[in-house]
Formats: sequence, structure tokens, C-alpha cells
Amino acid sequence: MASEFRLPALGADMDEGTIVQWNVAPGSVVKRGDVVAVVETDKGAIDVEIFQDGVIREIVVQPGTKVPVGAVLALLESDEAPSASAGPVKTADASPPPSPVIEPAATGARVKVSPAARKRASELGIDVATLQGSGPGGVITLEDVERSPRPSRAKADETVEPKAGDGMREAIAAAMSRSKREIPHYYLSTTVDVTPATDWLAAHNAAAPVAERLLFAALLVKAIALTCVEMPGFSGFYRDGRFEASPAVHVGVAVAMRGGGLVAPAIMETAGKSLTSLMDDFRALVMRARAGRLRASELAAPTIILTSLGESSVDAVFPIIQPPQVAIVGAGEIVTRPWVVDGAVQPRQVVTLSLGADHRVTDGRLGAQFLARVAQRLADAGSL
Amino acid sequence: MTAASVTRITYREAVKQSIREALAADPRVFLMGEDVGKYGGCFAVSKGLLEEFGEERIRDTPLSESAFVGAGIGAAMGGLRPIVEVMTVNFSLLALDQIVNNAATLCHMSGGQLHVPVVIRMATGAGRQLAAQHSHSLEVWYAHVPGLRVVAPATIDDARGMLRAALASPDPVIIFEPISLYNMEGELTAAASEVRLEGARVHRPGGDVTLVTYGASLWRCDDAARELASGGIESEIVDLRSLRPLDDATILASVRKTRRVVIVDEGWRTCSLSAEIAMRIMEQGFYDLDAPIARVCTEEVPIPYPKHLEEAALPSPARIVAAVKRMFSDGQ
Amino acid sequence: MNELPVGLTRERGLHLLHEMLRIRQFEDRCAELYGAGHIRGFLHLYDGEEAIAVGVMQVLGAGDSIVSTYREHGHAIARGIAMGPLMAELFGKRTGCSGGRGGSMHIFDAATRFFGGNAIVGGGLPVAVGLGLAEKLQGTRDLAACFFGEGAAAEGEFHESMNLAALWKVPVLFLCENNLYAMGTALERSESQTDIQAKAAAYGVRSAAVDGMDVFAVEAAMRKAAEHARAGRGPALLEFRTYRFRAHSMFDAQLYRDKAEIAEWQQRGPIITLTTRLKAAGLMTEDDFQRLQREANDEVTAAVAFAESSDWEPIADLGRHVYAEVSP
Repeated sequence: MASEFRLPALGADMDEGTIVQWNVAPGSVVKRGDVVAVVETDKGAIDVEIFQDGVIREIVVQPGTKVPVGAVLALLESDEAPSASAGPVKTADASPPPSPVIEPAATGARVKVSPAARKRASELGIDVATLQGSGPGGVITLEDVERSPRPSRAKADETVEPKAGDGMREAIAAAMSRSKREIPHYYLSTTVDVTPATDWLAAHNAAAPVAERLLFAALLVKAIALTCVEMPGFSGFYRDGRFEASPAVHVGVAVAMRGGGLVAPAIMETAGKSLTSLMDDFRALVMRARAGRLRASELAAPTIILTSLGESSVDAVFPIIQPPQVAIVGAGEIVTRPWVVDGAVQPRQVVTLSLGADHRVTDGRLGAQFLARVAQRLADAGSL
Repeated sequence: MTAASVTRITYREAVKQSIREALAADPRVFLMGEDVGKYGGCFAVSKGLLEEFGEERIRDTPLSESAFVGAGIGAAMGGLRPIVEVMTVNFSLLALDQIVNNAATLCHMSGGQLHVPVVIRMATGAGRQLAAQHSHSLEVWYAHVPGLRVVAPATIDDARGMLRAALASPDPVIIFEPISLYNMEGELTAAASEVRLEGARVHRPGGDVTLVTYGASLWRCDDAARELASGGIESEIVDLRSLRPLDDATILASVRKTRRVVIVDEGWRTCSLSAEIAMRIMEQGFYDLDAPIARVCTEEVPIPYPKHLEEAALPSPARIVAAVKRMFSDGQ
Repeated sequence: MNELPVGLTRERGLHLLHEMLRIRQFEDRCAELYGAGHIRGFLHLYDGEEAIAVGVMQVLGAGDSIVSTYREHGHAIARGIAMGPLMAELFGKRTGCSGGRGGSMHIFDAATRFFGGNAIVGGGLPVAVGLGLAEKLQGTRDLAACFFGEGAAAEGEFHESMNLAALWKVPVLFLCENNLYAMGTALERSESQTDIQAKAAAYGVRSAAVDGMDVFAVEAAMRKAAEHARAGRGPALLEFRTYRFRAHSMFDAQLYRDKAEIAEWQQRGPIITLTTRLKAAGLMTEDDFQRLQREANDEVTAAVAFAESSDWEPIADLGRHVYAEVSP
């Protein structure tokens, strides 16, 4: 029967060989143990023996040809099969055993914070105990710290991507809890007749190209900013046991994210901006906020925040201050209400403005003044 | 041992008693090595034993480390319980082939058929101005090899009891005896039969920092701990006792408690046992650490001859104190 | 030299030949299996040296210990390690005599006191001294037999071991298989004194040179040496002068020796020599010879089948046998 003579593996590191000489030809009778060929390898020429008795039928690989181990070199007629099948041999499944998994031992109640996260939290003034960890086993990672609301100062202006949804909700929850724990809030609200402002707005928008149209919120933001310049006790940061007024006023605007959650990026240098420019910023911020492309500096920068639920039907908002800020302004929906003007009841556009402020820095008297000044500015929208 | 009889002996005497007891208790035990007989032992450990037990059981060997360590391996496989004394770890290099290629591998290569219950004692360490070729601390080389057990008795109790535990083991055991401890005197507090071959021991409890160490450095840590305590820092000292296997559980429990670790290792810093221990702490106790792991090792230099240079090279209580204090400065 | 021992029976003669044929068949089959990829790593074959293993093993008893080299298959077979587990070991299967863990160079069998297989040239000599020492201290008449090649005479461990064994009168027999080449280095290129057995004089050790191609000469020399050791007179060194017909290992182009030299030695080989002499003395026919060949061949074939059908050790057991698996 036909049988194959293959190039044997002669060494642990032999992959191939070149036939340099055949000692047999078709028709040669071979015996087990005969040296039938000479093969050149890295180590030199090696005699190759055949392990079958038989007659050579055909030389398959000619001298001078390099072939891999296991290649068929010749065919022969033999009464016996080679006692061992040549070629690649199936070995045991070579996949290595899984490395012993060495895990940090359970450490009990201690909060697990990575060193990188701990360092960053310290820079930002964040208490790691308020954070939820997203790393394996609940470890608080660097990302958890970066994502937590209100880091006090961003070092680099990298883009952060607040993810709407559970993670954000948790982060907000932590921040809000901390705020209510640490900041002695007092609240004031006032309902303001803003018909002059809304009239002015309508007139302005009718005459302006689309790109220059304004929202009421822009007026509000500007009014707040100018008031903050006058009354710096409402714009700044309370840290390390003392308040520092911010040299510039950056009003943060709360933007609702699709899927839940809130971010409040700042319109930088709000007091100095024209309404149009302020509006541009505002639009851009909203777009970027909803696309998750806010810069860390924008999130870290606000010195006071306006949160407006103008599109939902609540009259007043009593918001929670975002530390380390010291005040937050809320605005409800602009509604038409009966109002007394010059002794007569008339339908007017009114909105309830509210102020939450840090009683360590200001008090009700100052707060009332603040709201009054904001209201006054709104009454003279053209001067904003 | 009764409460009335508190035994104070030297480390040397403790080792000697352990050898005597082994020879008396088991006729299969014999001691062989250079100058263990007529000379009484290079460090006087076996003084008097030749007279007591005779030449068959206390065998002076020629200067043939490879041959007599190999013979110890063969004799152990042949049914005896040899205690092979290599005068110092410095000369053990000549027997590395027998230890690493035979003692450590025979059980495994034979598929578990053969055991090699040989005990090899080696003196180790520096501090006596013996210069570069006589001052090595190469425990880590042996601790690296699967198949060997490596122990480092640093206390009087362990010097007294570890040999017995080693002889009872079916595996090859290397016992490192610090040369600088032979003269140390102390109290025997445990019976020899209570001493285990494995497991680290908290030598001194404390809450502020963990000092992990072995061998002669245990007492350097002890001195350092006293000085640190006077400054208000309480050190917990973990005596490793067994270098292979290492007792991760005891080390990590201490780290969890103190959050700060200094490893004190008489080997050279590079690729040392301290590196292995630090890595295990990193793997298993990463989140327990309040500061980076520190280590105090021998400086990267062949041990020099002059006293002041040798002292500067080796771990010292002063260097250990400084390393601990660094962990507490900068308001960390 | 060319005469058979007086009183040699046909049975005994055939037995010795059969033993050598078993080794030769096994080794040749290993060559084939290696080329086919079933045996891996290093493979050192014993063709041409069979008379030494067979002659020596006629003298050793069940209580004697054996330390060997990486060219150990012949020793193992002649000692009585079954071919099945031996072949399975070469395949790396769990049914191998070392559980598959050692391979060709690390054959161990506690039952026959076969203490390995050592891949370090000279590495086994000190261990053999220790095994002999154990027998002496335990008061038995058993000895340790240590095989090594002439290349080991250059290693320090050879000299240390000879000295220590002589000094302590250890019952160990140093059995040097001088096949003239230490891998690719001829004896005269590595030894200042090529008369290996003469080195024993420096240590006060009894020694002799023996024709390693003559199984009777081997046996006779071994008997004398064993008696010397068992009587407590110390070690002995026997230098068996022999030749290996195959290369040092499988992957060896043999650039260091002449084909003519190999051919010449093959004519003086142990199997050819004994076959010729037995036939000439009328103790064996060609049919006998063929029958012995067939029996040996069948035995090897069965061993291969056993090895091929055996299981691999599961990877989950990787960490076993690093330490003893008994409690002390």
C-alpha cells in the first residue's frame, strides 16, 4: 500500500530543512533504519533514516528545496504503515491555567479610594465619603471624583462628559446632601411684575434676526450678574471656613439633561457681556451640555447659579446652593396674573424670583436687597 | 518549662541545643559540614558534639560544598535525616546546582515519588567587617525557588525550635542563621515543640506603622521602634520567620491596621525580598495604604571592609527611624 | 575476550542478548517517534552502549540504588522499569514513570530505586555518594551505582565526590561510560589525562578499564567492584570503554566525528558481538535471533500503544508535587 515518508523533527528548535542529497531513487528497496536522505539544517547536514521497509515509488521533494518539518518527501510502497503518525501531534489543551486571582482583601467599612482619586478629591475639596464608587468592588476612582458636581476649581480645561442618568443622579444626590448639611440656607422670594421686560423682549425679538433673538432668561442672567457686582456677598466661594468674593462674576445656568439630571455651566464674565453675546453663550452651553461636551472649567466656574423652571408650571423654586458657592437664584414660570396697577386690577406678566443664600455670608436684609435690585433691573430691560 | 525556671541562653546555645536534641531523639539524624567536628563549628555552634556523639554522626567534610550538599540530598532520599551545615551562605554558591537542580526538583521531577527531607543550615549576614565575599544576605535567591522551604529564625525561641520543625518536614528546608545574632542572649519563652516552620509573628504590636522584617534586622527594627515610641509613633513589627512560603495573611492584617509599611531587608534593594513583599501588599492591600510602601535595604554596593562604610551600607535603626518619620511628615 | 564465559548456558546467553535487543529496539523506536513529534525536548539514545546497562544490572540487587544521566533509557529498561510507563514518560503522559513531569532526561522509579535521570553533567555524583552513605550508616550491604559519561570527569563534582566517597569509604560505584565524545568534544580535546580510570588513583580509589562492548566483561568487572564496596572497603571506579552509534542527541549533525569511525565501531557493537559468538558456539540459531527481535519489537509496540492511549495530566494539577503531598 502507498505510504508517505515525511521530514522528521530532529530537534526542539528545528522547523524546516533542505534536502541536499537522496541516497535512494524510485525503485530502491529500503529497510527500516536505512539512511535515505541527507538534510541540511542550522546545525549542519543530518542523515535522515526511514522507519519502514518498502520500495520507493516517487521522490516528491528534490534536492535544494527547503521544506517544513512534516512535509512529504517521498512516496513508497510498504506493507507496514509507519508505526507513528508523523506531522503535528495533538497535545493537551495548552491554554494555561488561570493565574491565581489575587484580590484586595475585604477591608470592611473603610471607603476604598484609589490614590489618584484621593489626591484629586483633596485638590478639589471634595469629601470622598460623599462619593459613590464606580470601580470594581465599589472603589472610588479618579473618574468618580471628576464627575462629581462642583469641583471647586478645575485644573485643566478638559472636556468632561457628564453622563445623564443614574450616575449623575447619584452625584447630584451626594452634592445636594452635602450642601444641605453644611450650608445654613435662608430663603426669600418675591413676585415681580415683569411686563415691561416681556414687552421690551417682544419688541426686540420682532425686530431682530433669528440669531439675535433673546430669551427672558438672558435678561434675568444679566440682571443677576450686574447685581452681584454691586453686592459681592452673593457671588464667590465659601472655603476653609471663610468666604472669598469672586473678582469676576460668572453666572451659571442650570440646564436640564435629557434622561434626567442637571448641569450648570457658567457664562463667563457675565456682567460685561452684551445681551446678544450672553444669549449666544447660553445657546452654545445648552447645546454642548445636552451633547455632553462641556468643559470642566465651565462646570467649575460659576460664582452663582440661576435655576429656572420657566417651562414647567411652578410658581416658585427654592433651590439648593451648590457649594462652594454662597447663593442661588430661582425663577418660576412667567404667568399672567391679576395685578394691581395704579389702583386697578389688571392682567400682568409676573414671575416669582427666589433666592437661597448662605447665612454665614449674608442675611435676610441683604438678600431682600439683592432681589429688589434684580427686579429693578428687569424693569429697565433696555439698560441691561 | 516551669514559671520558676526562666531560661536565658544565647542564640548560639539555642541552635546547639536544637542539634543535640535532634541527634539524641532520632538515630537517622547526623550533622555534616566543614569544621563542625574537631573545630567545634566555625561559630562554635557544634562545640562538644563530636565528643558526645562520635564521628559517624558529626562528620567533618572536605571543602567540597557541591559534594557534601549533594550527599546530604542523597542520604535524605536514602532514609537518613542529614543536617548539612554550609559554613556561610557565601560558600553555598558552590552548591547551588545541587540545591536548585536537585533538592528543589526531585520531588517534582519524579512525579511525587521521591521526597528530599534534607535540612541545610547556613550562616548569613554582614556586620563584622568581613568584606564583600563574606558578607552576603542571599536568602532571596533561595526563597525564589519552588520546591525549597526557607526559614529565618531571628529569636531565641525560633533558634531553638525551628530545626526540629525542619527535620520533621519531608521537604528540603534551608535555615538561615544570622551570624550577628549568635552572641545575642535572650529568654526562651516557648517549648521547642511549639515552634512552627511556617507563619510570621507579630513581634511587637503597634498602631501607627508596620515594620516587616526578618533575621538580624528584627532587632534593628526593635531598636528603631523604641526610639519612635519616644516620639509618639507606635510601630508594629512583623517577624516573617518563614521566607518561603511568606505569610501574606499576617502581613496584610498588620497593614490593614496601621496603613503604613516599611520593609526592612538586609539584602540589596534591587530584586530583593522587600520587592516581593511590597508587591504582595500592593496586590492585596492597595486600598489599605495611606502612604507609599517604603523599604530600608542594604545599599547597592559590595559590602566594604571599613566599619563606618559597612554600617552606612547596612540597614540600621537610624535609617529605619528616618524612613518611618518621612512617612509622617508633610502632614500626610 | 573473544570467548564466552565458561559454562555459559544457552538460556543465559539468550537472556543477555534479549535484554540488549530490547534496549536497541526501544531506542530506535524513540528515534522514529521523536521525528514524528511524539517525543519532544532532548532525546539521548543509547545505541551501542547496551552491554554496559545489561552487564551492570546483572549484578545490582533490589536494595541497591541507581543514579543515572540523561542517556538513561538503557539503564531504566535493564533495571526492570516497564516499557509502557517508560514510553509514556517520554510522551509526557500522566501514566509515565515520573507522572509525565520529567520526560526523557528525568526517569524516576521509587520501586526499583532508580533515582533519576539528571540533566546536569556530574550532578548525580554527589547524590549517589549520599545514597551510598545512607546504606553504610544504616548498616546494610547495599550500594549506590552512579552512571556518568567521561565528560563528567572534567566537572568539579566528579573530583569532590570521588574524594568524599573514598575518605568516608562510601559504598558507591562510579560507573563511567566513556564513549569518547562529550556531546561534540572528543576526549583528547578536553582531558589532560584521557585515561579516566587512572584518575581514581589520585583519590585512593580502586579502578579498572573495561571493554564496554562485551557484556560479560562488564558483568565480571562489576561483580568484583560490587563485592569490594559491599565489604566496606569503599568506592570503586569502572571505566567502560564504549561508543555511541547515534548522535549525541537527535538534533546533531555530528560534525565532530567521522562516519568511518562510526562504521568501524558498529562492527564491534555489543549485539553483533554477542550474536556472532552465541551462534559460533552453537547456543543460538538465526530463528532464535529473529524470535528475540520480534519479541522485543512487540514489547516496544505495545509500549507505544500504551503511551499513545494514555491521558495527559490535567492542567489544573500543574501546582502538584512541588512539595511532598503527605503530612509530615
